[in-house]
Amino acid sequence: MSEQKDYDKRIDGRRFDETRPVSAEVGIIKNAVGSAKFTIGKSTALAAVYGPRELHPRFKQNPETGILRCNYNMVAFSGSGNRVRPGPSRRSKEISLVTTQALEPVMDLSEFPKAVVDVFIELIETDAGTRCAGICAASLALADAGFPMKDLVAAVSCGVVGKTPVVDLDYNEEAFEGGSVDIPVAMMPRTGEITLLQLDGTLSKEQFKEALKLAKVGCRQIYDVQKAALKAKYGGAKK
Amino acid sequence: MIAKEYIVGLAKKGFRNDGRDFSEYRAPVTVEYGISGKAAEGSAKVTIGDTIVIAGVKVEIGTPYPDTPDKGTIMVNAELTPLSSSEYESGPPTIDSIELARVVDRGIRESHAIDFKKLCITPKEKMWIVCIDIYSINANGNLFDASALAALAALKDAKFPAFDGETIDYKNRTKDGLPLNKLPLACTVWRVGDKLLVDPTRDEELASDARLTIAFTEEDEICAMQKGGERAFSDEEVENIITIASEKAKMLREAL
Repeated sequence: MSEQKDYDKRIDGRRFDETRPVSAEVGIIKNAVGSAKFTIGKSTALAAVYGPRELHPRFKQNPETGILRCNYNMVAFSGSGNRVRPGPSRRSKEISLVTTQALEPVMDLSEFPKAVVDVFIELIETDAGTRCAGICAASLALADAGFPMKDLVAAVSCGVVGKTPVVDLDYNEEAFEGGSVDIPVAMMPRTGEITLLQLDGTLSKEQFKEALKLAKVGCRQIYDVQKAALKAKYGGAKK
Repeated sequence: MIAKEYIVGLAKKGFRNDGRDFSEYRAPVTVEYGISGKAAEGSAKVTIGDTIVIAGVKVEIGTPYPDTPDKGTIMVNAELTPLSSSEYESGPPTIDSIELARVVDRGIRESHAIDFKKLCITPKEKMWIVCIDIYSINANGNLFDASALAALAALKDAKFPAFDGETIDYKNRTKDGLPLNKLPLACTVWRVGDKLLVDPTRDEELASDARLTIAFTEEDEICAMQKGGERAFSDEEVENIITIASEKAKMLREAL
């Protein structure tokens, strides 16, 4: 394990269990069947759903059920460093895969055999936590499209900065000189089941457990924002 | 999708299916600056009715081209994203996105909107490359005008990052804007049936057989043109188009 330094105060002044400001909106792209915008801090994802539509090539069709296919992309000017070259990279392909898998557990596309439901995710501004922002936006866009879903999927990263478990790392924290560990997590908030779990770095089992707890709390807060976005468009049961 | 024959027939009778005049843009025409404010050196979102386009500027350091050793350069790229319409697919740039990018590029380059000499840092050695990337977010027609407007707005919004002569410090942005001389804006006029119209919806574009994009400086000089579509224009039509486009480019300029 690399030597870990103290991190007793967050660079942007947040509490260790506090996410950056979160906002969400659905129905932003008229051409799409469903769409959403999700912002956490300075990371913003747009998502649009198209389909169900016929899947090509046909050998990829499943006669039993429709298939979910997510595509994650960072726009060229979305990074605070160099311009991102347009087109898929190994990174964006992997994130597309884990995004699809993070959402599949809540979907039931058995009504649409042989079809595909496409979710296109574009990150227009990035400051870490982008795959989680993409998953939150995609989940909202699928709900906006009216697909049957067991639950929404909420996602946030957690991790350790220095020796301190925190939720929702930004770039400055990921780059902390005393070391950091980034753990993107997605879950179905109603049951707490985990649908995305990745980890980058080295930490103790105790630190992992503590960080995961923070992610679960963060996901529940994000879940509230997601539900509020849907209620803003569709109304909801009044208390 | 509305049938092409219906739209053409309606145009011949003097109508558009959404009730607009032929010279009327959809409302609202809006420009929002700094939509990717932390990441991009400059950025903007443009809406024309329900068409939405975003553009962003990143700057890089490069070596001047041998034939222009004392000048920097720009690069324009456009992506017709599958997010914005079921018509577009993931994959390498299509001819439509390449044409769009090149028309926007010429509008900026040929109007000398940016002083390329001021983008040169050290002759023959170092220059700024201004990269403008355009993305469709909701594509319902008139991407040419929306993209030209978005690109220009992003350029206006842009500030150079700090540069020590060797490396760019993207995290520290200076107060220096890009060396913008002129603000070229494009208006595209489309022929549907026997009528000339502006700001088509996608259905109207599909019913059109010819279009002409014209970019104008604020002095009302023409700085780029692109004819598209499979049919020809008469001299008289071209003249009429110039009149219409010049007037509409002024209207678009007010949104900046």
